Amino acid sequence: MTDTGERKAAMDAPEAPRSEVGLDARLVVDRGTFRLDVALTAAPGEVVALLGPNGAGKTTALRALAGLVPLSGGHLRLDGAELDRTPPESRPVGVVFQDYLLFPHLTALDNVAFGPRCRGARKAEARARAAAWLDRMGLAGHADAKPRRLSGGQAQRVALARALATGPRLLLLDEPLAALDARTRLEVRAQLRRHLAEFEAVAVLVTHDPLDAMVLADRLVVIEDGAVVQEGGPADIARRPRTDYIAQLVGLNLYRGRAEGHTVRLGTGPAITTTEDLAGPVFVAFPPSAVTLYGARPAGSSARNLWRCEVAGLESHGDQIRVDLTGELALAADLTTVAAAELGLHPGAPVWAAVKATQTHAYPA
Amino acid sequence: MTESAAPKPAPTGADPGTGGPRRSRRRGRTVPLPLLVPALLGLAFLLLPLLALVIRAPWSGLSEQLSSPEVWQALRLSLLCATSATVLSLLVGVPLAWLLARTDFPGRGFVRALVTLPLVLPPVVGGVALLLAFGRDGVIGQWLDAWFGITLPFTTTGVVLAETFVAMPFLVISVEGTLRAADPRYEEAATTLGASRFTAFRRVTLPLIAPGIAAGAVLAWARALGEFGATITFAGNFPGRTQTMPLAVYLALQNDPAAAIALSLVLLAVSIAVLAGLRDRWMSAS
Repeated sequence: MTDTGERKAAMDAPEAPRSEVGLDARLVVDRGTFRLDVALTAAPGEVVALLGPNGAGKTTALRALAGLVPLSGGHLRLDGAELDRTPPESRPVGVVFQDYLLFPHLTALDNVAFGPRCRGARKAEARARAAAWLDRMGLAGHADAKPRRLSGGQAQRVALARALATGPRLLLLDEPLAALDARTRLEVRAQLRRHLAEFEAVAVLVTHDPLDAMVLADRLVVIEDGAVVQEGGPADIARRPRTDYIAQLVGLNLYRGRAEGHTVRLGTGPAITTTEDLAGPVFVAFPPSAVTLYGARPAGSSARNLWRCEVAGLESHGDQIRVDLTGELALAADLTTVAAAELGLHPGAPVWAAVKATQTHAYPA
Repeated sequence: MTESAAPKPAPTGADPGTGGPRRSRRRGRTVPLPLLVPALLGLAFLLLPLLALVIRAPWSGLSEQLSSPEVWQALRLSLLCATSATVLSLLVGVPLAWLLARTDFPGRGFVRALVTLPLVLPPVVGGVALLLAFGRDGVIGQWLDAWFGITLPFTTTGVVLAETFVAMPFLVISVEGTLRAADPRYEEAATTLGASRFTAFRRVTLPLIAPGIAAGAVLAWARALGEFGATITFAGNFPGRTQTMPLAVYLALQNDPAAAIALSLVLLAVSIAVLAGLRDRWMSAS
């Protein structure tokens, strides 16, 4: 297609303006008490994950991109074309819905052929294209199956084929793996990653699962309460979380404070000694596994970070025990079952928590 | 003793003295008499008249009764008009149901109430209202007569209109319920694939709600077949033109009761056939 050729040429030319290809959007949706205001850009070939807790506005953002929810403000440009006022059926957008929404009365083949048919292809041509897509997804043998006869993983691939069969310039995936059980999920996640890597236009996926986001996406955009709180590469976000939600997702204790050299003072409360030399507002993060617990104040401990705490709760976490602590500093600590038993931990038990400065990580807020 | 020894508590032991042990084990619980007696009375009340119809039927002269051309004329007219009324109801009723279920406009609740009004309105009143609207001097009828020379009352078309008026609400309510139960996100999915709202309705929603439409159509058809009050008021009782089976039955009852019974038997047979056709849908419903 000439369209693809032009895009390739534009990509090859280094001086091509970025806004001419890919997605450039600011999505504003007002819904009474809830307001979504999210800026989103993505280059062709890029996979962006919208990550956030339930009710953060991820799905609303996705629906706004698809045109299923009208924008109250902002703009939406795809490959340089304004889409704000384009009705959903005219947008070059493909959607994989959370529970796939495969049409139950149509076979897998006719589900995939539905899009090309609606966009003007003749019946035979649409079915041939659909068959090619199913073949590519490894589903050639299931073309005549009705959706209810497909497994979760197969249905997911049919849904993906259906969304891709219209040749979208923007692919939207709403919680693409949420409907699958743990084992299928692992396999489908790997397949989806491969298909997304092959997809040459912009892909935006919504998820509340950090693992899905980190495996599938090149870039994460974290949304809380309708606004972007952090964006960046998966590794960067995992190392330097900026909100409690993200810290919890990636399993870190996170504090915000003011640094004076190696000391970070948290409000009026305790201070944390770090190895970084910083000044001004900073975040300090350390993993729960870096915390050592003592039944009594340790004599001559080298740890500068020592706080008097109380056990608020215990939870088994794989072969470890996750201990929630309150007191001078609220934190989570991981220790082995043996260590927890030796300390005689129970809710309400007083403990001392220590963290080495080398285990902490401070970065500007 | 048994309570502590039995691995599972037996559901039957709790209420000794009522019902046989075998039956109560199968049903789980016995039926209390204050419910059982009225229930059986109600059942008997529903079945006895039908039974009487069968008992008193002039079986020996039945073939003679039914072979008269008037009977077949009335039956053919009944089937024709009921089917036409059902088709008419489908053509306008399904879109109306969609409008009520899938769009939001001011006064929607009021419109919905108006649609259901013919369900509770005495059919005779419906017939009078139809006369006032489509009669020769009616609000619309006078223009139809003056401009197109169309007269509706006391014609076969009038029968179809009267039956549609009474039967369509059944279809609309049934289809609207099915539409509300159907997931509207299928239409959204179709839209993102490039389907206009109408295409989404035609190719996705309509097939999904087809069972509900079929059930509504059968309900409407059965209601139209039995329609009496509105028909006789608006269309009159002319053999071959507007005399449907119910009208023929009523008329026959005045001078030839045996014929009335024979005609009733035919209608009963048609009803049973309809019910048998729907047994998967309704009779197996839990």
